[in-house]
Amino acid sequence: MRFDGTDAYIAEKDLTVAVNAAIALQKPLLVKGEPGTGKTELARQLAQALGLDLLEWHVKSTTKAQQGLYEYDAVSRLRDSQLGDDRFNDIANYIRRGKLWDAFDADKRVVLLIDEIDKADIEFPNDLLQELDRMEFHVYETGETIRARHRPIVIITSNNEKELPDAFLRRCFFHFIRFPDIETLHRIVEVHYPGIKQNLVRAALTQFYEIRDVPGLKKKPSTSEALDWIRLLVADDVAPEDLRGDAKNALPRLHGALLKNEQDVHLFERLAFMARRQG
Amino acid sequence: MFLPFFLELKAAGVPVSLREYLALLEGLEAELVTYDVEGFYYLSRATLVKDERFIDRFDRVFAHAFRGVEAVAGEEGPSSVALPEEWLRRLAEKHLSEDEKKLVEALGGFEKLMETLKQRLEEQKGRHQGGSKWIGTAGTSPFGAYGYNPEGVRIGQEGSRHRRAVKVWDKRDFRDLDDRVELGTRNIKIALKRLRRWVRAGAAEELDLGGTIKSTAEHGYLDVRTRPERRNAIKLLMFFDVGGSMDDHIKTVEELFSAARAEFRHMDYFYFHNCLYEGVWKDNRRRHEAVLPTYDLIRTYGSDYRVIFVGDAAMSPYEIVYPGGSVEHWNKEAGQVWLERVLAHFPKAAWLNPTPQAHWGYTHSIGLIRQIVNDRMFPLTLGGLEAATRELTR
Repeated sequence: MRFDGTDAYIAEKDLTVAVNAAIALQKPLLVKGEPGTGKTELARQLAQALGLDLLEWHVKSTTKAQQGLYEYDAVSRLRDSQLGDDRFNDIANYIRRGKLWDAFDADKRVVLLIDEIDKADIEFPNDLLQELDRMEFHVYETGETIRARHRPIVIITSNNEKELPDAFLRRCFFHFIRFPDIETLHRIVEVHYPGIKQNLVRAALTQFYEIRDVPGLKKKPSTSEALDWIRLLVADDVAPEDLRGDAKNALPRLHGALLKNEQDVHLFERLAFMARRQG
Repeated sequence: MFLPFFLELKAAGVPVSLREYLALLEGLEAELVTYDVEGFYYLSRATLVKDERFIDRFDRVFAHAFRGVEAVAGEEGPSSVALPEEWLRRLAEKHLSEDEKKLVEALGGFEKLMETLKQRLEEQKGRHQGGSKWIGTAGTSPFGAYGYNPEGVRIGQEGSRHRRAVKVWDKRDFRDLDDRVELGTRNIKIALKRLRRWVRAGAAEELDLGGTIKSTAEHGYLDVRTRPERRNAIKLLMFFDVGGSMDDHIKTVEELFSAARAEFRHMDYFYFHNCLYEGVWKDNRRRHEAVLPTYDLIRTYGSDYRVIFVGDAAMSPYEIVYPGGSVEHWNKEAGQVWLERVLAHFPKAAWLNPTPQAHWGYTHSIGLIRQIVNDRMFPLTLGGLEAATRELTR
């Protein structure tokens, strides 16, 4: 099993080496990077390229590690027992499987995506140590042990909102997706919109990198925003010359796709204002 | 096999453990990469480095360890004439941008440049720094590192044959600073743990056993009660004095507090200069454009927020007590008025002062601020922090 990127996903060599190491050595791969550089997409494309099923576990601030394994719904069992429902005799009826259980129990190897692990409580990664390491866990209510039939390929993404514990990191491989340079971004655009007008893309990407370089931006636009923006430009049939503009018009065309908060838009308006005053 | 490399990483402060080293060996055994230095580099990076902060350190050690192996092979030193042409070309392609490549033409094209480089290498006998001809560091010669000549060839870490030049590039004097911050972070985390206060808030998800039993007994049928979970409910606002003498302190304090961020439910920070006036800001580069009015601040954040000021409080007394006393702008109301306004809204506040406590008596303005904050000024030491957190949790 080897991963070398797909038709729709440009993977650089450092990424493929890390992914292949994680596949071969059956350890989780922790992927970090700026928002919008394709961390989550990696798992989807990986599953597609290897022809495996993908299980996605999206972590929220309230997610508990236990929910990934299973949940025992004691409350509905209590209620059922009061209502005289026979179901309550079997405790297994009240155990709901989590994503990890599904992944361990699958008939063939699957790709398991644990998305945005940093959103959860600080203890969350620690609670998953043994489960990810040995790929097994114990169900106390029924006394059975769930063991992975095929060790899943685990991709974990993080946005760096919290620091992850050392013990957890030690069990993972790590890859930091850097923001692509203009050449790579060009290839990425080509993959997503084949046959797009070359001069427009070049002009757009140049301007895109200029925008990224503006100091003081709250949220720098990233790959996914670049793709959205270019799609809009194509849909609007903007000519490359129009895109360039002059210093007096600092706000880029269709900026809504690139600038995601009003402070940033305001910053650009200010820049335009200052440029007008100077000129 | 790679034990020296592993130990070197450890010495360089990259947190690696035996487990990761074994994973690397396992990866090599599985023949994930074979006879490919670049692949080996990526594999070892994925297995050994777990945080982007350490990638730079890792790169340095990797370059160093790799160079060591090369050095055993040849002892010739910089007099070596057999410069691998292909390697140099590849290196040049890697490091030169399109524009720079054009500039290479200015020196007579790539071939000519390499020819000159070979000559220089033969002539050069020792390590060299500065100047405009020899290969070394920080010069304007086209050959070497950290130079300013756009036509230059940067000889990368792989240039192991020129050991004398490489050595200089690898000298890093700032590594120790890193580690000292780490120590501080640990200390401060312990001190800030005191600030934790647990309350039940949010959705009722946890089974309340006591409540269920009580309510069942009262009603005569099974009545399940749930309650919200316990969470850390401390919210914190920090104000940092920036500019002038405070700058080095601020960086440390800011790093430490952001490291301890996990301890708090909400934490936000703002900057001010010397004394708090009608506006604060978040981005020091845009301090004149992106000012947040202090009134808005009071409106936005509830009075359950804890407030910590960090500043040396050393200024002219006029900056505190007189309107128009600020050194930066014309303030309509005195700093004291604003400070008192903020303190009235946020009853739980403390002022941390990096100046040693023994020196406080010599600066008039420190006494003034102390009075305004009701003697809740603490030195920026472990003890002071503990005292401050105790004050804030009270």
